[in-house]
Amino acid sequence: MTSAAAVVTAFGAPPVSAPASAAADAVCVHCGSAIPAGAAAGRRFCCAGCEAAYSLVSGLGLEQYYARRTLDPAVRAPTPADDAAAAAGAPDGDPTGFAVADGEGGWRLHLMLDGLHCAACVWLIESVLSRESGITEARVNLTTRRLRLRWTGEAARAAHFAGLVRRLGYRAVPFDPAVLAAAGAASSQDRELLRALAVAGFAAANVMLLSVAIWADVAGEMGSATRDLLHWVSALVALPAIAYAGRPFFRSAVAALRAGRTNMDVPISIGVTLAAAMSVFETVRSYEHAYFDSAVTLLFFLLVGRYLDAIARGRARQTVEHLVGLMAAPVTVLDLRTGAVRQVAPAAVAVGQTVLVAAGERIGVDGRVLDGRSDLDRSLIDGETVPAPAAPGTELFAGTVNLTAPLRVVVTATGDGTLLAEIVRLVEAAEQGRARYVVLADRVARRYAPAVHLLALATFLGHLLIGGAAGWQQALLAAVAVLIITCPCALGLAVPIVQVVASGRLLRRGILLKSATALERLAEIDTIVFDKTGTLTLGNLELRRDAGPVDPDALREAASLAAVSRHPLSSALRRACPDAPAAADVEECPGEGLRRRAAPDGCGEIRLGSRRFCGVADADENAVGGGPELWLARPGRRPVRFVFADALRPDAAETVAALRAQGKRVLLLSGDRRAVVEAAAAAAGIDEWQAEVPPAGKAARLASLAAEGARVMMVGDGINDAPSLAAAHVSMSPSTAAAVSQTAADVVFQGRSLSAVTGTLSIARLASRLVVQNIGLAIGYNAFAVPLAMAGYVTPLVAAAAMSSSSLLVVGNALRLHWRTRS
Amino acid sequence: MTVLVYLIPIALCLGFAGLAAFLWALRSGQFEDLDGAASRILFDDPAPPPPASLPRSPSRPLKG
Repeated sequence: MTSAAAVVTAFGAPPVSAPASAAADAVCVHCGSAIPAGAAAGRRFCCAGCEAAYSLVSGLGLEQYYARRTLDPAVRAPTPADDAAAAAGAPDGDPTGFAVADGEGGWRLHLMLDGLHCAACVWLIESVLSRESGITEARVNLTTRRLRLRWTGEAARAAHFAGLVRRLGYRAVPFDPAVLAAAGAASSQDRELLRALAVAGFAAANVMLLSVAIWADVAGEMGSATRDLLHWVSALVALPAIAYAGRPFFRSAVAALRAGRTNMDVPISIGVTLAAAMSVFETVRSYEHAYFDSAVTLLFFLLVGRYLDAIARGRARQTVEHLVGLMAAPVTVLDLRTGAVRQVAPAAVAVGQTVLVAAGERIGVDGRVLDGRSDLDRSLIDGETVPAPAAPGTELFAGTVNLTAPLRVVVTATGDGTLLAEIVRLVEAAEQGRARYVVLADRVARRYAPAVHLLALATFLGHLLIGGAAGWQQALLAAVAVLIITCPCALGLAVPIVQVVASGRLLRRGILLKSATALERLAEIDTIVFDKTGTLTLGNLELRRDAGPVDPDALREAASLAAVSRHPLSSALRRACPDAPAAADVEECPGEGLRRRAAPDGCGEIRLGSRRFCGVADADENAVGGGPELWLARPGRRPVRFVFADALRPDAAETVAALRAQGKRVLLLSGDRRAVVEAAAAAAGIDEWQAEVPPAGKAARLASLAAEGARVMMVGDGINDAPSLAAAHVSMSPSTAAAVSQTAADVVFQGRSLSAVTGTLSIARLASRLVVQNIGLAIGYNAFAVPLAMAGYVTPLVAAAAMSSSSLLVVGNALRLHWRTRS
Repeated sequence: MTVLVYLIPIALCLGFAGLAAFLWALRSGQFEDLDGAASRILFDDPAPPPPASLPRSPSRPLKG
C-alpha cells in the first residue's frame, strides 16, 4: 500500500463515521470482507472475531483507525481467528519461548506480522501495545513487516501481547532474529555498498567541479600554478575516495585472480588504479592532463549499478524469507514426567520427545502418532488433495497439516534424518549442477578483459615503434588512456539496470525474482512442467455442481453440520452455502465424519461423512467416480452425495493456451492419483501428463527432458517438487508453497492467478533483449573510442564525456522496459 | 585567483558535511523502514493514556 493512498484516507476522507458507511455496503466494519448474505439485517460484523476486535479497538478509543486505513485487496483481510484458536495460539504458537532477556531486567521479542495493509495498521498495533503496562518499546517495521517488542516484567506476558495483535486480526509468528543472521550479512553488504556509493558520489561531484574549471580554460589563460592547485585538491579528494569506494571491486578482482580466473572487476580495478596513478604522476610533474574525475565517476556509475542490483534482489529475498518464516511455527513439546508443556523451535526437538499438535497446526517434525485420531492434509508432501486419516501408529512428516483433532506425536527423526532433510539434500545436489550456468555478462567479460589488455599492450608497442625508445613516456600514456577508456563502465551498468527495472516491474505484479541469473534463463525456456495440486489448481477443494443437481435443502443441512469442522471438505461445503446456521450438538469423529445426535424434538441422528460412516452400500452409484465425496444421511431419506474437486486456478486454461501459442511444450507431472490428474490435465488443456510420480521421479523426468536438449521451467509448490525445482533450468513456485520449495525456486509469485507465468516469461524475454542491446551499445562505444585512445587523442575531457554519455545511453535504453510494460 | 584558497575549502567542507550527515543517518537506521516512516508522521499520537501505564511515548521508542 502506498503512503500516498494512506494520506488520502487520513485527511481526504469526509468525516463520516466508518461503521455507518460500512454497514450500508454490507461489509464487515472490522475486516472489510462481505457480510454473509442472509445474515440479520443491520449486522455490522462478519464474525464474532471481528466483533471482538472492533470492541477492543473502540474500547481503547482508537476508532480513527477505520477512517485512516486503506485496505489492500492483495493482502489477507484482517479477520481474527475465532477466540478459542486465538487463545490457544494455534496455529502460530505461544511466543514465550522466543522472548530474550535484554540484560536490563526486561524482555525482547520479535514477531513476524501478516496482514499489514498500510501505515494505519502500524499505528493501530503500536498504539494498542503501547497502552499495555510495562511495554517500553513497540515498533513495527512496515518494510520488513516485523514487530519489535520490549517490556519489563515477566517473559510469559509475550503470549498476552501476541494474543492482542492476533485478536486485532493480524497473524503474529515469533521468530529468532539470529536465525536470519545470514540475511543480516547480506544486508550489511548492501550497507557497505551504499556507503561506498555515497563516498564515490561526493568525490565525483567535487572532483568534477574542479575538472570543469580546468576544461573551461579553452583559451589557455589559466596559470599553471592554478591548474596544479586544482589538480592537487582533486588528488586530495579522489585518492582516499578511490581507496574506500573501490574496495568491493578490488576484493572481487583479487579473489578472481587468485582462483586463476578473470572477471569484469579485473579490468575495472586495473583501469581505476592506473588512471589514479598516472594522474598523480602528471600532477607531480605539473603536466596538463589528470584523470581523477574519470576514475571517480567510473566508480560512482559502477557502484550505482551494483547497488541497484543488490537491493532489487534483497527485497525479493526478504519477502520470501517473510513468507517462509510465517510457516515455521514453534513446536509444542510435552514433558512426560512433569506434564509441563513448552514451545520450542522445530530444530530444538529431540528424537523420542512427545509433541502435541493442535487441530489446524502445521506439524513441524517427523514422527509417529501416539494418541488421537484426526485427518491430515498432506498436499504439500505428495500432492494428494484428499486428506488422509491418522490413527495411533500413523507415520507423519514435517509439513503436513493436522486438520480435525489434536494429536500426540512421538518424534522419530530430527535434523538429518527427516524427510525434509532428505529433500534438502536432493535440492542441494541439483543446485550444484545449476551453479555452472554463466550469465551473458560474465561470458562477455571473459573475452573482454584479455582483449582490452592486449589492445593496451599493442598501443604501447605501436607508439614505441613509431616514436622510438625516447617516446616511451608518451607510449605509456596512450596505453593507460586505452585502459581508462575501455574500463567497462557502460558494460557494468548494462545488465544490473535492466535487472532492476525488470524486477521492479515484476514485484509490482506480486512476482519475486530471487535469483540474479533467472531473467536470462527464463528467456531461454521452451518447455514448461507444471505440478498439479496447489500450482495448476488452487489446492482448495470445491463442491462440484456439474456432477449432478445439488439439492439445496440437503446442502444447507450439510453446511450447517460442517460449520463446526476444519476439515477441507467441510470448509468447501461452508463456502458453497455460507449462510447456513451452525448446527448445535455436533460431534466430530476424526477420519469418519460428523454426527448430530438425535434431538429431543423427534429429529433423528444426522450423519455427514464417508460412505461407510453413513452406511451407504458400496455398489450404490459407485460408477460416478472422480474426486473426494461426502455423504449426508438423514433418517427416513435417501442419502445425498456431494462430490468435490480441486478447482483449477481461474486462468489456468488460458495460461496453458497462451504458452502453447508461443510454441512452448507444456507438461503436467503430479504425485496425485491418475483419475484426478487426468481430469485436471483435460480441464487445463494439457496433453502430456503423468500421474503418481514420486519426488525422485519428477527430478529424473526433468533430467531426461534436459538430456533431450529441452530448456525446462518447473512450476511447483510441494515439498516433493523441491528437488525438481532445483534441477530445472529455471523454476517458479507460488507463495503458498512449502518453505523448502520457495527457497529452491528462482521466482516466487503471489496471488490466485497463473498469468504470473506468462507475465514473467514476457518480461524476461524483453529484458534479455535489452541486455543484449545494452551490451551491444557498450561495445559499440568502445569500438568508437578505442581507436581515438590508441592514437593518443583522448584527453580527460573526452574520456569523461564518452564515459558519461555511454552510461546514460545504456540507462535510457533499459528504462524502455519500464515504459513498454507499464499497462 | 587567491579567492580560490577560501572558496575551494568551503565548497569541500559543505560537501563533506552532507556526506557525513548521510553516513550518520545510514548508521542510525533511518533508512530501515522507508515505507513506514513516510506515513508515520501523518498520524497524531493517540490521546495520552494514564501516565503510569506508559513509561515512554509510543512514537519515540528506544533505539534497539
